[in-house]
Amino acid sequence: MTALLAQSITDVSIEWPSLGEIARALTFRAGHNTTVVIFSALLLGVASGMIGSFALLRKRAMMSDALAHCTLPGIALAFLAFTWLGREGRSLPVLLGGAAITGILGVLAVQAIIRHSRLREDAAIGAVLSVFFGAGVVLLSYIQGLSVGNQGGLQHFILGQTAAMQTHDAQLIGACAVGVLVILLLLFKEFRVVCFDDRFARVAGVPVGLMDLAMMALVVVVTVIGLQAVGLVLIVALLIIPAAAARFWTERLTVMVWLAGVLGGLAGYLGAAASSLLPRLPAGAVIVLTAGAIFLFSLLFAPRRGVLAAGARLARLRLHVATDHLLRTMYEEAERAGADPTAARIPGRALARAHGWSPLAAGALTRLLHLRGLVRAASGAVSLTPRGLREAARLTRNHRLWEEYLVTHAEFAASHVDHTADLVEHILAGDLVQRLEAALRARGQLPPAAPPPSIHPIAPAGGAA
Amino acid sequence: MSNAAYQFLSQDLPACLTAVFAVLACALLGNFLVLRRLSLMGDAISHSVLPGLVAGFLVVGSRGRLPMFLGAGAAGVVTVVLVEAVRKLGRLEAGAAMGAVFAVMFALGVLLIEQVGARGVDLDPDCVFNGQLENILWLFPREAPSPLTRAALEKLPPELWTTGALAIVAALFVSVFFKELRITSFDPALATSLGISARAMHFALMLLVAAAVVASFEAVGSILVIAMLICPPATARLLTDRLSTQVWLSAIIAVLVAVGGYTLAATAPVWLNAPRALSAAGMMTVLAGVFMAAAILGSPGHGVIARALRHRRLAADIAREDLLALLYRLHELGRPAASGSLTGDPSRRRALGGALAAGEVSEVGTALRLTDSGLARARSIIRAHRLWEDYLVRQAGFRPDHVHERAEALEHLTGTGLSDRLAEGSPGVTDPHGREIPRPPTLPG
Repeated sequence: MTALLAQSITDVSIEWPSLGEIARALTFRAGHNTTVVIFSALLLGVASGMIGSFALLRKRAMMSDALAHCTLPGIALAFLAFTWLGREGRSLPVLLGGAAITGILGVLAVQAIIRHSRLREDAAIGAVLSVFFGAGVVLLSYIQGLSVGNQGGLQHFILGQTAAMQTHDAQLIGACAVGVLVILLLLFKEFRVVCFDDRFARVAGVPVGLMDLAMMALVVVVTVIGLQAVGLVLIVALLIIPAAAARFWTERLTVMVWLAGVLGGLAGYLGAAASSLLPRLPAGAVIVLTAGAIFLFSLLFAPRRGVLAAGARLARLRLHVATDHLLRTMYEEAERAGADPTAARIPGRALARAHGWSPLAAGALTRLLHLRGLVRAASGAVSLTPRGLREAARLTRNHRLWEEYLVTHAEFAASHVDHTADLVEHILAGDLVQRLEAALRARGQLPPAAPPPSIHPIAPAGGAA
Repeated sequence: MSNAAYQFLSQDLPACLTAVFAVLACALLGNFLVLRRLSLMGDAISHSVLPGLVAGFLVVGSRGRLPMFLGAGAAGVVTVVLVEAVRKLGRLEAGAAMGAVFAVMFALGVLLIEQVGARGVDLDPDCVFNGQLENILWLFPREAPSPLTRAALEKLPPELWTTGALAIVAALFVSVFFKELRITSFDPALATSLGISARAMHFALMLLVAAAVVASFEAVGSILVIAMLICPPATARLLTDRLSTQVWLSAIIAVLVAVGGYTLAATAPVWLNAPRALSAAGMMTVLAGVFMAAAILGSPGHGVIARALRHRRLAADIAREDLLALLYRLHELGRPAASGSLTGDPSRRRALGGALAAGEVSEVGTALRLTDSGLARARSIIRAHRLWEDYLVRQAGFRPDHVHERAEALEHLTGTGLSDRLAEGSPGVTDPHGREIPRPPTLPG
């Protein structure tokens, strides 16, 4: 067995499909059944992405996970009931009907527990989800013991299996998805206002309870038709992930809903196509992983809300702050020496120590400011250029103006203002500076352009230096 | 050794004991998940360990216990970190972040299983869900004089050791860090100010939950793990208000569920005429749900039934007090109270029945009269009512024609002490409508 396994692990000779095959699958020309399956997965993705956006905004995301797990006993019961009646139990509409019934019962159970007991939503969801699923497992183990025919494949609803999907099944799924989309578009305005502000919606005459019910009903339909393609464990991903990914790109609800539809559709389409092209790629898992990749991409690269954008913003701000601090330290040093400010030379090491920077970081910062023509760096010591001096004077002035303000208006002790001013000086806007100046001028304290004298003693850069 | 005894010792005992240990560990830890509103974390972790399992399997190429255990544990930790990261970076609510993370991890696991063809070697998602409780066997030599010999004990199933160790670790963790767990669950800010790191406790708890999930799902399946992390603590929480009692109760419930569920699964096929045993893990889950539903309905303090009964009793009390007050007012006006005129309304009819039975009202012919005890009670209600009307008009500035409804509600909640306080501030002997405020009942003697 180990040998066989080793072969299968290291087996890289997967038969990659040719470009032509890929193109045919992606352009819906790879056989009738495959095309219908891919197209229905696409529609499913669009529907779940759009309705999932509303569910996410209404904080019902995990409710749909409970709903999905609660469908299992329904599937088993529908099969049992129809088999006992002597009918074909394995027919998709029958099983999905049973799934919908217990799914809705599960949601009602969660809501009843939240309303009538002291348990919170998370415990209610987790308990109902696992107990219903456990009941489903018991029923499935019972069915497996029976000798009634054609029971195979009931477990496929747990993980989904597009390969088991017949053309008419796929058509049913696609048609239901289209139905969901039509209802969603008809109720779009109501859903939107309910998501934004349900109190306002109520005042505006929107039946909020009814809209929540409609939203949940659409989630039920999407979950149930997603059972065969994606499986009940993973369907929640199609509801949450495209919506969460879309949220990164926009602050507008309408855009978010449409974008979630597009991303969900993309995941369904690519996932189903890949699954049809390569062996041993379960469609549900591939669809969810595609959605996960889209989510990761959005998380990292979305402008404004993305991690990289936020990181870049933070880095820029840090650099700005460090530059300001360095220039001000140099100005204070020059002021203390009382010499020509541009002639004062400060050892780089002392600068680094004054701000707790590593010598490397201080060196890099100095070089950067050198390139920008603000400082001159030579033989381990730094001095201000005339332009750097102007900039440093302006910064020092802002810092001290703010200190003045804190002492006179906010009643800070002079010994306590330095740090606070450190935080604020970088973001003092021009008009605020003018008002601070006006306040000082009124008291006849403002030196025209040079920074006012510091109101507290300044330690020399580098402490003992 | 008889056949039945051997079957019990080799099949039922190890399976049942393994389940008890696993379930005990989950229930103990679950108390703090439920308290912290992190119940779904168990759900998320138990789904997400799948890729870790497969990775562990891939590394060694066989179904070794340790590598798979380590892989699953690593996946559990990754899940905890990822959920936190997605929640913070993506600004998602906790539930959605968990859903997104566990679904992607689980999908990865399913894909890996298919890709490595591991289905053939007994590693498939179904067994992760359902566990293999039925396959935990103690195949000690039958001819051994006693199952307690060294040779026999060496054959004890490894799952028993893992879950047993887990149960001990969980019990130790909960008992040693009980104070810290309690304070960080209820008030993280206070805990931090006392020098107990809420973050460290959170992470330790998550780590143990991950360990519990990993160690137990092989034996009992992830669905039972999720159920046991939530249902016994939730059931216990409905039965008590003290955390220490809750933890003990949850442990007892967990053991009952495990033993009861196993027995049901083994015996139900006989009644149902099914040819093979039902899923024991599934049955335990269902039983846990039944326990929880029973607690939701029947808990003496917080149950639906108890609350409904309290509500009904209160409503009946109020209806009876209203009836007594009505009779008092009729009496005051010198109008007869015919029993026929009062029985139109069913709640009033019930109130009358109660008052007659309690001897507060007597029926003389067709007329109703307050007895002495009824009169005393009616007086104190009317007194409260009219004192409130007086207070509302005089002190709170209401118009006299706006106070009756409010006094009607307040009269039932006003004891003698409060009535006396109201009377202290009121100079009048009549209410704003000019009716006499009854004097307080004089104490006998």
